[in-house]
Amino acid sequence: MSDVLDKADVQSPLKIVGTRPIRPDGADKVTGRAAYGADLNMPGQLVGKVLRSPHAHGRIVSIDTRKARALPGVKAVVTGADFPDVASEMHEGGEAASNLRDLAMNVIAREKALYDGHAVAAVAAVSAAIADEALSLISVTYEVLPHVLDVEAAMAPDAPVLHASMFTEGQETRPTVASNIVKRNRMGRGDPAQAFAAADVVVEGRYTTQAVHQGYIEPHACVASWAEDGQCEVWSSSQGQFMVRTYCAKVLGLEVSSIRVTPAEIGGGFGGKTTVYLEPLALALSRQAGHPVKMVMTRDEVFRATGPTSGAVILVKLGAKADGTIVAADVELKFQAGAYAGSPVGAASMTALACYDIENFTITGWDVVTNTPKVAAYRAPGAPIAAFGVECAIDDLARKLGMDPIALREKNAVRNGVKAAYGPTFQNIGFLETLAAARNSDHYSAPLGPNQGRGVAAGFWFNVGGESTVALHVGEDGSVVVVTGNPDIGGSRATMAMMAAETLGVPMDRVRARVADTASIGFSMVTGGSRTTFATGMAVVQAAEKVVADLKRRAALTWDVAADKVEWRDGAAICLDPTKDPKPLTLGDIAANSAMTGGPISAQVSLNAQGAGPGFGVHVCDVEIDPETGHVTVLRYTAAQDVGKAIHPAYVEGQIQGGVAQGVGWALNEEYIFDRAGKMENAGFLDYRVPVASDLPMIDAIMVEVANPRHPFGAKGVGEVPIVPPLAAVANAVRGAIGVRMTDLPLSPPKIRAALDAKPG
Amino acid sequence: MTKLHVSTVVNGDPVEFLADPGMTLLDVLRDELDLTGTKEGCGSGDCGACSVIVDDRLVCSCLMLAAEAQGRRVATIEGLAQGGHLHPLQQKFLEHAALQCGFCTPGLLMAAKALLDANPDPTETEVRYWLAGNLCRCTGYDKIIRAVMDAAADLRQVRV
Amino acid sequence: MHVVLSSDCYDFTGGLKEVEVEADTVRRLITALEARFPGLGDFVNRRMAVAIDGEIHQDAWMSPIGPDSEIYLIPKIGGG
Repeated sequence: MSDVLDKADVQSPLKIVGTRPIRPDGADKVTGRAAYGADLNMPGQLVGKVLRSPHAHGRIVSIDTRKARALPGVKAVVTGADFPDVASEMHEGGEAASNLRDLAMNVIAREKALYDGHAVAAVAAVSAAIADEALSLISVTYEVLPHVLDVEAAMAPDAPVLHASMFTEGQETRPTVASNIVKRNRMGRGDPAQAFAAADVVVEGRYTTQAVHQGYIEPHACVASWAEDGQCEVWSSSQGQFMVRTYCAKVLGLEVSSIRVTPAEIGGGFGGKTTVYLEPLALALSRQAGHPVKMVMTRDEVFRATGPTSGAVILVKLGAKADGTIVAADVELKFQAGAYAGSPVGAASMTALACYDIENFTITGWDVVTNTPKVAAYRAPGAPIAAFGVECAIDDLARKLGMDPIALREKNAVRNGVKAAYGPTFQNIGFLETLAAARNSDHYSAPLGPNQGRGVAAGFWFNVGGESTVALHVGEDGSVVVVTGNPDIGGSRATMAMMAAETLGVPMDRVRARVADTASIGFSMVTGGSRTTFATGMAVVQAAEKVVADLKRRAALTWDVAADKVEWRDGAAICLDPTKDPKPLTLGDIAANSAMTGGPISAQVSLNAQGAGPGFGVHVCDVEIDPETGHVTVLRYTAAQDVGKAIHPAYVEGQIQGGVAQGVGWALNEEYIFDRAGKMENAGFLDYRVPVASDLPMIDAIMVEVANPRHPFGAKGVGEVPIVPPLAAVANAVRGAIGVRMTDLPLSPPKIRAALDAKPG
Repeated sequence: MTKLHVSTVVNGDPVEFLADPGMTLLDVLRDELDLTGTKEGCGSGDCGACSVIVDDRLVCSCLMLAAEAQGRRVATIEGLAQGGHLHPLQQKFLEHAALQCGFCTPGLLMAAKALLDANPDPTETEVRYWLAGNLCRCTGYDKIIRAVMDAAADLRQVRV
Repeated sequence: MHVVLSSDCYDFTGGLKEVEVEADTVRRLITALEARFPGLGDFVNRRMAVAIDGEIHQDAWMSPIGPDSEIYLIPKIGGG
């Protein structure tokens, strides 16, 4: 279970790692054969549907389901009363701590509906039409309460209070009056007040962002079956089948071993599928009905009832010397948590100044509940929002100092040996190299035309390690299967097969990668947190190394030589005993005699990977503004990132390009728009405007490789960093193009037009 | 409600089914004909995941009633590869890593096929605008555009 | 060695931000903190990550700590 490796048997130079083979699940994915959440059907299944609160805030006085139950074809109806009370308990099951009691109440409401879309009842019927009719026959009496959406309005003393038992934590004295402020966090060092007073230049800004959704194209979907003996089967698309199992067990009061979760292929997650919405409902309905229940969300439900990320207010103040040294910083972050506690303001606080070596700073974060859907993780949760404010302020600082924006960042950049803003000393980081790569790019020195502007921004994310199990089996013909518990969201089957093949010394097409259900592989944490290539990859390599050691032992037995007289090279055992001269034994040769040499050739590794290395990104963005319409065109985009080691460069580029696209959407068009009643007005892809193919140019990804020695090939997590810089990169480019600092995202055309209209002269 | 009897041709094969008048072509493809390669992303014609080709025309199958397929030829993702061989578009998507989660891929491939059937030599801009009706949240479109342009070049060679 | 706490921990330490502790593994660090400040060890175990000489360790009782290691306690990291 060691996670520090002896790399002696890994051959160099690398033959497979670093190349771009076709992904092993490719044929299924381009032919429509791959099965996603809504693609499976179980015999005798019923259709499940959810009744959702039409009110942003209300006490549920009563729910009358009698007419719904009496409708022919309806086989089950559940409300909150059909679910056990779940104790308040923090659980690190998904990709952030969740309070299980809150999660259970978000799955189906109990005393209160806390947002428009909050599930209050569910039905299962023989057809979708009957299920819909059943929903319309459920009579819910609400005491409608005043609601609050905006984070600062929710913090005000006269705001409607969502939870009577919420008393703000993290302040000097604990309040006696309930509020919507869950917690205040503070961190800092030095003496910012004094440092600001002594600074030559000070910049300040107030920035605002709206809630945005992860925007995966596949709506949540599952099929669940609860048999008469309490054994449960769930087919579900998620970022982690073990996470689904854990949460269903907790919400329903079951043992985890009585639930088998089979992972469907997943059509995007980005953090939004590291929790459950439908699975516990489907199981509860199935229990009542005695049949499997299939539930698929509509796009409207996805927007209204699954976590977006926080809308926020960011206040930034920076003080610097005339030579560009940033001597003081003050950052305040106010984040929407949605209906239940737990916004990513903590991570945002830790990442806000992580790129820079600033001696004196204070960072204050506020976690605030609002009558909006409970926020869920979204790719580097919290970090893009904090970076938006800080990186715009740094841009303003560069302008005030007359310094090049990359040079200002280089002057203050963290480097190995420097203490991070969140405490520990950095090692093996590549921020300076990434800044240099951006500075040296063709893009950075390309000329600009009229109405065009260029923006630069940097970003940081921790990346995590965590628990993974991998099993590696050698077939009797020498072909190999590597089995993991991580859903393949972005090409990870390819990466796992590559690392296994590299370690075994065999061609990649001899290695098949499978993703197993919860009964068929040991526990793994979710595919998320930029952890899969790092942690699951580490386990893959260790399992392959165990197999190599086993193969060498079997070769020694076959040749009757000492164990240390065998070397493994290029997929075969080589005899080093000078008294014997046998032919090398290939993987296939040894596998053919596996029964005689000890039995099946298999290895399993379970580990908890530590020492995941953080990643840094530096982005350069050119925009052109149409002064008549306020429309912003992204002309050119370059994203440099320290990736440690790109195992499959095309999929690493893909992560970078995808994160950039989401960040561009966040900056320019995406936002939750609510009406006065607290209902989302744009709960569809027409009016919730994500980037389309004609909105973007080619995205140049520059992969900088500063290895993380903890990983056998030096890999760092890459998936989350790329969404952190784009908000400010785009905003800084707009600033360059129109000469006005815009601080309220998204920078949609009406706002640009208003800013142009307001410009003097 | 009385179901309607529909006769159509799907991926070259004659097919008959019964549909409620309100069922969409997407519903029928997925639920009656077990052709689950075509996906539902939004149900309102905004995401393109349900793209199919009907009588040489690219349509969102979620916006077409099943009954409208009467007497028409429908082409779905399941019919793109022929005899166990991937279509050049499918091959190029794999070579260029133009898919990550793969959910938008069937719709994109059908949309790209419709494009190249109509315009064998599109510019990058033409490709981007034609595919603007197919949302992808994973890739940022870069590798998709490259794959389509590369497949177009391959197909032009074959035609010559 | 020197352990720097996160602000989340101050409730348990009466405002103390840094403490001196002897421990050669994360498990022993947690036990030592619990002995000094009741509740802190349990809190650290459930909610904190430990940065040892700049490397972040999470849920890692066995991770070794040297006599002069730099130790920072920071809130556990998630992701998306």
